[in-house]
Amino acid sequence: MRFELTPRTNISPVMRAVAPVVAFITAFLIAGFVIWLMGRSPIAAFDVYVLQPLSDPWSLQELVVKATPLALIAIGLSYCFRANLWNIGAEGQYTMGAIFGSWLALNTHGTDAGLWVLPLMLLLSILGGALYGLIPAFLKTRFGVNEILTSLMLVYVAQQILDYLARGPWRDPKGFNFPQSVTFDPAATLPSILEESRVHYGAIFALVAILVTAVILGRTLFGYRLKLTGDAPRAAQFAGFSARSTTLAVFAISGGLAGLAGIVEVSGQIGQIQPSISNNYGFTAITVAFLGRLNPVGILIASLVVALTFIGGENAQILLKLPLDLTQAFQGILLMCVLAADAMVSYRIRFATRGGGK
Amino acid sequence: MFSGKVFGALAGAAVLALSAGGAVAQPKDKIKVGFIYVGPVGDHGWSYQHDQGRQAIEKAFPGKVTTTFVESVPEADSERAIEQLARTGHDLIFTTSFGFMEPTLKVAKKYPNIKFEHATGFKRAPNLATYAAKFHEGRYIIGQIAGKMTKTDTIGYVGAFPIPEVIAGINAFYLGAQSVNPDVKIKIVFANTWYDPAKEGDAAKALLDQGVDVLAQHTDSPAPIQAAEARGKFGFGQASDMERFAPKAQLTAIVDNWSDYYVARTKAVLDGTWKSEDTWGGLDSKMVVMTPYKNMPDDVKKLAEETEAAIRSGKLNPFKCPIIGQDGKEIECKGNGALSDEQVLGMNFYVKGIEDKIPQ
Repeated sequence: MRFELTPRTNISPVMRAVAPVVAFITAFLIAGFVIWLMGRSPIAAFDVYVLQPLSDPWSLQELVVKATPLALIAIGLSYCFRANLWNIGAEGQYTMGAIFGSWLALNTHGTDAGLWVLPLMLLLSILGGALYGLIPAFLKTRFGVNEILTSLMLVYVAQQILDYLARGPWRDPKGFNFPQSVTFDPAATLPSILEESRVHYGAIFALVAILVTAVILGRTLFGYRLKLTGDAPRAAQFAGFSARSTTLAVFAISGGLAGLAGIVEVSGQIGQIQPSISNNYGFTAITVAFLGRLNPVGILIASLVVALTFIGGENAQILLKLPLDLTQAFQGILLMCVLAADAMVSYRIRFATRGGGK
Repeated sequence: MFSGKVFGALAGAAVLALSAGGAVAQPKDKIKVGFIYVGPVGDHGWSYQHDQGRQAIEKAFPGKVTTTFVESVPEADSERAIEQLARTGHDLIFTTSFGFMEPTLKVAKKYPNIKFEHATGFKRAPNLATYAAKFHEGRYIIGQIAGKMTKTDTIGYVGAFPIPEVIAGINAFYLGAQSVNPDVKIKIVFANTWYDPAKEGDAAKALLDQGVDVLAQHTDSPAPIQAAEARGKFGFGQASDMERFAPKAQLTAIVDNWSDYYVARTKAVLDGTWKSEDTWGGLDSKMVVMTPYKNMPDDVKKLAEETEAAIRSGKLNPFKCPIIGQDGKEIECKGNGALSDEQVLGMNFYVKGIEDKIPQ
């Protein structure tokens, strides 16, 4: 006996909406079973992992802080992925954006440069990320080089450049030779939305990016063009859409948003340049984009969910002394369940008996 | 017991002014102590040893102290984890990697009644103390052993990052080797990670391929010494005793012993006598411990034991002047007959004889 997947012709919208919910419940049941096997209470784990972070104002804020870079990067990636272009290098574009923006922050450090610093830093970061994203796009359109490889490998190049800057030219001369820059001046620091809170304006940028993307994808010719390029490249060609300019455009957008996420994180959160400025956000955002089915609202929700698994995982370590491995396993189980649920909505599973096949 | 005041004047600008007295603490009956680790507790190196210290606290104060840890916390994303410990009723919080410095400082400012301790950093506050160990003392000893044991006159070093703590370790190691073997050469590879067994192992193999026959490491997993074991070469355990991973290769191990310090600081919080200070312990205070010298001839063993005793008694300082830099010029001697603590903690040069360049 073997399985066969046949595409469903009529996909019920109700099923599509319910699928992620079912996936979540399944993931929690599996994780709960594992926790029960470990001799702990699954209900307490669920409480600590999900309910407490969602019912405590501090955790809710932390959720937003953690979700901000993920959402910003993932929404940018959705442009590429919709057009069937595989930008795996958001981590590098994030880093390059942070470098471009920080250049201004460090060069105005200690001066009385005023309010113009921060907006210009943000623009520079978008520029830096976009330019860096355009490298694999250019190599693809001009020489036909596979963008998966180039974008991925450029991640390591960007990280090495950051590493060099943090250890060399940008090192704080008063920092005992440790690889860190000076801490940014207030003029170069992304402010918090509320006083005494860690939620900074990056969260607003992410929301704006999501809204604008929803409008672009749903209501503009460019949005239609992306969809067509992804689903039916030949049709897109006949319609007169140049694959070349689409490639350049989506990589620039995606790189620009990743770059913005980079400076938002450095300026709003870390406050200085150091060799490590990301917690793999550029790669985690790929998961977020697909968990959100490349849909703007979906990505918003997915970024919060992924942020919740991090924060809940820390809670579980602190309050229940559950190991970190369990958190990571749970993240994997969750992704598997969501993908499996999606597959079952889109495909019919048949059990074919031996010999009955072609 | 512990040498203090390392950064006193230098760090002044960077550190919050110590307000007179700080918050006067009351003795407590029951406290919670939290730990933030940069790696997994199972790294069998750095984080593992901090966790041994945590377990020592649990044993020392049964029923009075409970402990918690959060492992594998990325440095750029650690503020939330530290604050979560602060919010969940912990009275004393240890953050155990250099990269946790700024986040720890931020959270410490927000929670003035909670005591914080940051390992290997230099920023303090009335409720934030710092502590580190003089690992370079042990590295001088293993340098001497390596200088004696090498047949190819080529010794190797797997470093994590080219930060002062690691550079000082490389210099101490090489100075030790040079002191017994003037012809010895050193090859250095930076793995750019504290903990990544695959990368560390590759770095070690690259060194062994270049004729290195004694290997030191300043990364946290046993992978480098295991690589030495597999090739029939020698190595040294890092942070914890790695003999069980490399019974034939391990000559000795430099063990980080945080237990005494952690127990003492926990007791200080219980007694209400905790103060923010800077601690830099070495062989004399048993914060750095050498495991038994094995797999070597008796004369090398005797030499190592003598050097260990000399450093412990203060007769020998690995960085005794004159120290000559790579360019052949003598380094200014700012301490008492040796480099000052500040010079060691901010070390950013290789000594004469090392042919590599510090990656910049």
